[in-house]
Parts: sequence; C-alpha cells; structure tokens
Amino acid sequence: MKKEILLGNEAIVKAALSSGVSFVSGYPGCPAAEIGEEFGKIAEKNGVYAEWSTNEKVALEAAIGASFSGLKSLVNMKSFGINVCSDSLLPLAYTGTKAPMVIVVADDPSCWSSAQTEQNSRAYAYLSHIPMLEPADPQECYDFTKLAFEMSEKFNTPVILRTTTRVNHQKMPVIFEDCVKEFSAQGGPASGWKKGEFVKNPRQFCTMPPRVLEMKAELLEKTKKISAFAERSVINKISGRPTSAQFGIITSGVAHLHALEALDEAELKVPVLKLGFFYPLPEKKIAKFIKGLKRVLIVEELDGYLEKEIKAIAKEINPKLQILGKDLLSEIGELDSGKIGLALAKITGKKFKISNVAEKINNPPRRYPKLCQGCPHLYTIAAIKRIAPDAIFGGDIGCYMIAGYPPHDTQDFEFSMGSGLGISHGVAKATNQKVITLMGDGTFFAAGIPALINTVYNKSNPLLIVLDNRITAMTGHQTNPGVGKTLMEQPSDELQVADIAKACGVKNVKVLDPSNIQELDATIKEFLAKDEVSVIVCKLICALLAKRKKENG
Amino acid sequence: MDKNFSVIIKGVGGQGIVTLVSIIDEAAFLDGYDVRSSELHGLSQREGSVEAHIKFGKKIYSPLVYKGQANLIIGQELLEGLRSVALAGAQTKFLINTFYLPFIGSVKEQEILDELNKLSRLQSNRGSSMPTKSASGPKDKLILVPASKICLEKLGKEVVSSIYLLGYAVAKKIMPLKKEFVLQAIKDIIPEKHLELNIKAFELGYAR
Repeated sequence: MKKEILLGNEAIVKAALSSGVSFVSGYPGCPAAEIGEEFGKIAEKNGVYAEWSTNEKVALEAAIGASFSGLKSLVNMKSFGINVCSDSLLPLAYTGTKAPMVIVVADDPSCWSSAQTEQNSRAYAYLSHIPMLEPADPQECYDFTKLAFEMSEKFNTPVILRTTTRVNHQKMPVIFEDCVKEFSAQGGPASGWKKGEFVKNPRQFCTMPPRVLEMKAELLEKTKKISAFAERSVINKISGRPTSAQFGIITSGVAHLHALEALDEAELKVPVLKLGFFYPLPEKKIAKFIKGLKRVLIVEELDGYLEKEIKAIAKEINPKLQILGKDLLSEIGELDSGKIGLALAKITGKKFKISNVAEKINNPPRRYPKLCQGCPHLYTIAAIKRIAPDAIFGGDIGCYMIAGYPPHDTQDFEFSMGSGLGISHGVAKATNQKVITLMGDGTFFAAGIPALINTVYNKSNPLLIVLDNRITAMTGHQTNPGVGKTLMEQPSDELQVADIAKACGVKNVKVLDPSNIQELDATIKEFLAKDEVSVIVCKLICALLAKRKKENG
Repeated sequence: MDKNFSVIIKGVGGQGIVTLVSIIDEAAFLDGYDVRSSELHGLSQREGSVEAHIKFGKKIYSPLVYKGQANLIIGQELLEGLRSVALAGAQTKFLINTFYLPFIGSVKEQEILDELNKLSRLQSNRGSSMPTKSASGPKDKLILVPASKICLEKLGKEVVSSIYLLGYAVAKKIMPLKKEFVLQAIKDIIPEKHLELNIKAFELGYAR
C-alpha cells in the first residue's frame, strides 16, 4: 500500500484499476472530467479500454454492453449527465448488470462550473432504485469505489458513486494500492484491452412486457437484500457517544467533514451518524441512533432528502424528536464549518465566533469569465450582433455561452446540451422573428442532430451557427468525433458537421473561416433571408489549443 | 506548530495556482502534517476568479476555509486580493502580488490600493506606515509584493510569481513550512523541464 496526496478523481481511478476495471466510458464535464482524462493516459498500458462517448446516454449504453459481455466497467459524468443517460439508466436497474458497473455522477453545489441548475442527483436513486454511495473525501472516493464494485458484483446491480465538487477536487493523503502500470513487461504498451464474451440471456437483458413487471418485483426484492447489507455496512458509522444533552447529528458527504470541524472548534461532544449510503438507507441504524435523542440536526447539502426520510423514521420510533435541518442550513450553495457552527450555536446556545471584516469593504465588481485572447468565437459573436441586432440569439453549453456575459450580452436563452436549436425551432414557429443560435462542435455531435432534423422535418428557419473550434474546449480540450482521434489517441475519421447537416436535409450549408469577416457577414445576411433552416460552420481552431500545439511542436 | 494553519489562495485562471496548491500540500505532507485542500477548476482558465483552500496541522477535518478562519490569504492579483478581504478575519495576514489584470468595469489600480490601505488601518496594522506598493514588510498584516514584475524582469516568466511568493512566505515565516520540504515538494511536483526556473523563482522570493 502507498500513501500519497491524491485528488478525489485520482483516487476513483486508482480504486477502479485496483478493482480490475477493464471498460471506461464517459462524457467530459466539470468536476468529473479528470477521471476520463486520466484513463486516456493510462488505459492502454493497463489493458483497459477507455473512451469519450458522444454523450452520457451513449456512454452508459456502451458500459451496459461491456457489462453484459462480462467486463467490469466505470462510467463517468457530471451531474447533468445522469439526466441525459436516465432513459437507459432506469431499465438497467431492472435488468441488473452481469459484470460489475460503477457510475460516477459529480454534482456541483454552488454551481462553481455549472450552468443549467444546482442539481441534486441523489433524487435519481429514488427514481431508479439503484444503490448510491456518497464519499466525503479522496480516501472515501478510493474506499467507496472499491466497495461499489464489490456490491455490484454481489448484487448484480449498477452502483452510483455520487460526489460533489468539494469531493472530486479535494486533495489529501490517501492510502491505496497502486496498480497503475507505467509500461507493460516488454516496455511497450500492452497488446490491447481485455475481451469478454456476450452470452445470450434475453430473459435478463430485455425489459419487455409481461416480463418487465416480474423484473420490477425482482428489483424490489434485491433492494431489500441491499438494505440489509447497508444496515451492516461500516460506511454508515457513528462517532462520539450519547451525552446528557440528548443531541445528535446525522450527516453525509463532504458536509460530514465540515460538521466535525465545527464541533471541534466549538468544543462540543456530540454523537454523529455519518451515512455513506444514500440509498438504500440503513433505516434500523438511523432508528437506533435517534431513539434516545431529544434533538437531531441533519447536515446535508442542497435538498433535505435525508431530513424527510428521518422525519418518517422518527414518526414511528421517537415522535417527540425535534428534527432540525433545512430551517437552519440553506438548500442553496455549499455548506462549510462556519455555517454549521452558527447552526450549532443556535441549537446549543454555545458561542461560535466568526471574526469578520468583510462589511468594511466595498464589494469589488465581478470578474466574468472571458473568451480568450484570439478566440475564434469572438468573430462570430461580433458578427451576429452587427448584422442582426434585432434577432433572437439562442445559446448552448460551451465556451460561447460567455456571449451571455458583458460586454457581449448576446444570448437570449440558454438551457442544456443541444437545446438552443430545439428552442429556436419553437421560437421560429411561434413568431415571425429571426432566430440565430450558436452551438459548438462537441455539443452538435452530443445533442444537436435530432433538433436539426426536427427543423428540417417540421419546416422552420432558424440560422444555426456551429462554432467548430476543433475540440471540446470548455471542459479542458477533450477529443470529440470531429477531431480525428479518440481518447486513447487512436486515429479516427474526422466527422464533418457540414456533411451531417446536409445529410439531415439542410439545403443552405456553408463552411467558412470566421476570421474572414466579409464572408461571414455576407453569409449571415444571405441565410437569414431564407425560409428554411440554414447552417454556417465557423471552422477555426481554439486559440489555446493552437498555442499549445505550437509550444509542443 | 500548535494550531492548524489555513490558507486561501485567490487569483485568476492561468496563474499556476493549482500547481502552488500541490506544492504546499506536498511540503506539509512531507513535514508530517495532516493536510487537506480543495480547488476549483473549470471556467477558470478563461481569466475567471480562481480560489483554492489549504489547511494543514495535526488533524484536519474540512477541506474548506470558512469566512473569517484564514491565517493567510495569498492574492495573486490586486483586485482578487481585495475581493478576498470578504473572506478574512481579524487575524488574517494578506500577501498580495501587485500584478493587475483589469477588465471592463474593473476598479482602477490606485483605487484598489487605497481600499487595501483603508483595510490595513481598520485592522490596526502593526507596521509603521500606510503600506504602499513597495513599502510593506513581513511584520505587516498586509504585505504587497511585486512578484509578477520581478519574475518577468529577472526570470523572463510571470507565471512563476506564485512560487516566488511561496519562497517569500517561507523565508519570512508567514507560512509555517520548512524550506527543505518545500524544495523537495517542488522537485516532486514540477516537471523536469520547468524545474530549474521554479527553483530559481523560489530562491529569489526566499532571498527578498
């Protein structure tokens, strides 16, 4: 065993390798992206297959195929990824896995690097009945990932490892088994990844009626067994002893660490139940913990799901118990020891001193993220504003959503991956206004194509501008189907956005270099006058990528 | 060191803050301390604000430094340094690089310095006079160091300014880490081809 400082994401990679993972798929998103990136570097040498899939749904489906073929798999994504893959996630709970599968979903309380929503992906455990574990730090990322693979093997179920930014991007000394091979015995890369075998078993792998309801019954039966396992699990642990104050804390995830620090600073001795399982919950253990208490504080980030569950358990076992949680700790944003310390002070009457000079300073103006110097998107954002100042501007997920910040202010709606074009179709149908929508190359391949087909099939006329900067830039330069190589650095055909648009039936398609301003302006003008949908592909390499390529020769 | 030490590092994307965190983590670990840190990646590379938290000591629970808790705030840019005042407590020391990266709607450099000076008065600075860009020393609560300027002039690279500040902080005991462990950590973390430059930057800051 080694002890080194690891990032939460690195600990997940080490644990997956130590558990014998051989198939890794995912879609890049902050704060999970380092998991896939790390596998891109080490996969080949360690006999593992790793890919960036076109989106999270495809990534999950790839892993399902691998699992059904007998390979251990790891799927990695950020919070919103689970929305994208949910259509296949729910039936996966019914079929179960054949070989073990762990799905990492990384939420981002406080939205440090997330648009869309401050999502709490814990709700998917209820929706899917898939077991969900919540590590608090890199050591638990390592331990829980290993446990998740063991549970997946034991119960033939996928297991979700639900993390948050402060877990994925936390560092600490971690004790781990280092299985990463730098080179194979011969000194060169290993000869390909491990292969399994698909053994036909439609009874397990097809979720069709009438079998589907039998499967549901089997799933509920399995969940009972996993509940019994959770009751015995050491990752639901109690620290501290009951005191005469009959006050206790129940907590999960990184909030547990903040709670321990707050107790330490306030010199309070309080029993703490830390839940490693979010689903299924160890209800008996919780019941035993709250039985002798007068008051309990539930310390959890975002929605008070644990609080609701514990209220239900208390109704049976200890109806007089005072349950505090979201009335003292906000549903919005991350928690920290200071916030928890203040809540503890309110409950116990003990002082928690926060020394603060903030009120004596004028709040400085916000530093918005900027498009980089030389960014190709700058040409396009300037052009649409110049040529069609009255148009409606659709946005999407990528660097170019910075168009919505000052000084650009050129974004009228922005939702989820690929949504800009879908919404633009609705606006174009519902009004007589001109609609221009921006979409990156990565987003186009991930989620843009069905919306594009819809504009052709149902006849609307937004102008789609695909900002093809030859990479998935925002999340840190990951490859995509337009790049010409895979995550494992294998060559692959460069898919052309323009060819796909034409194949979808778009008649007005033009590829141009956006630094050619006259051509860009003229094309926008020409295409805006059309009665049917048009596509301009602004093809120019990301300025940062160009710089790095130059530096690295 | 009896009590745990908390550091917040604030700057903008591209200033080598993630590397600085790795070095401090490793040095504290080599020195036998428990250590935890947390950092934010993502949109930061596009000149957004970056904030990292580090704690080391006998036993560390939380990786986050809460408002008012920091012993030291390292501001890698003037306005970010001013912004970090909102996170400070009465005991907090500030080590601020006078590097200035303005943006549309930003505050003028002199206004930031004035605000910072006002702050040091409010904190009843032990230092003799109001700090200006050049006249502040290690005993002051607010220490302004033109790290980027010096690194550009003497080493040709601004990006090692964070290592320069680390050298200064270690030499003046503003950061309770031993030089030998920090140097070892730099060797462990920095790739071979950039190692010499980083050690030079550290030594230059150490000798200031």
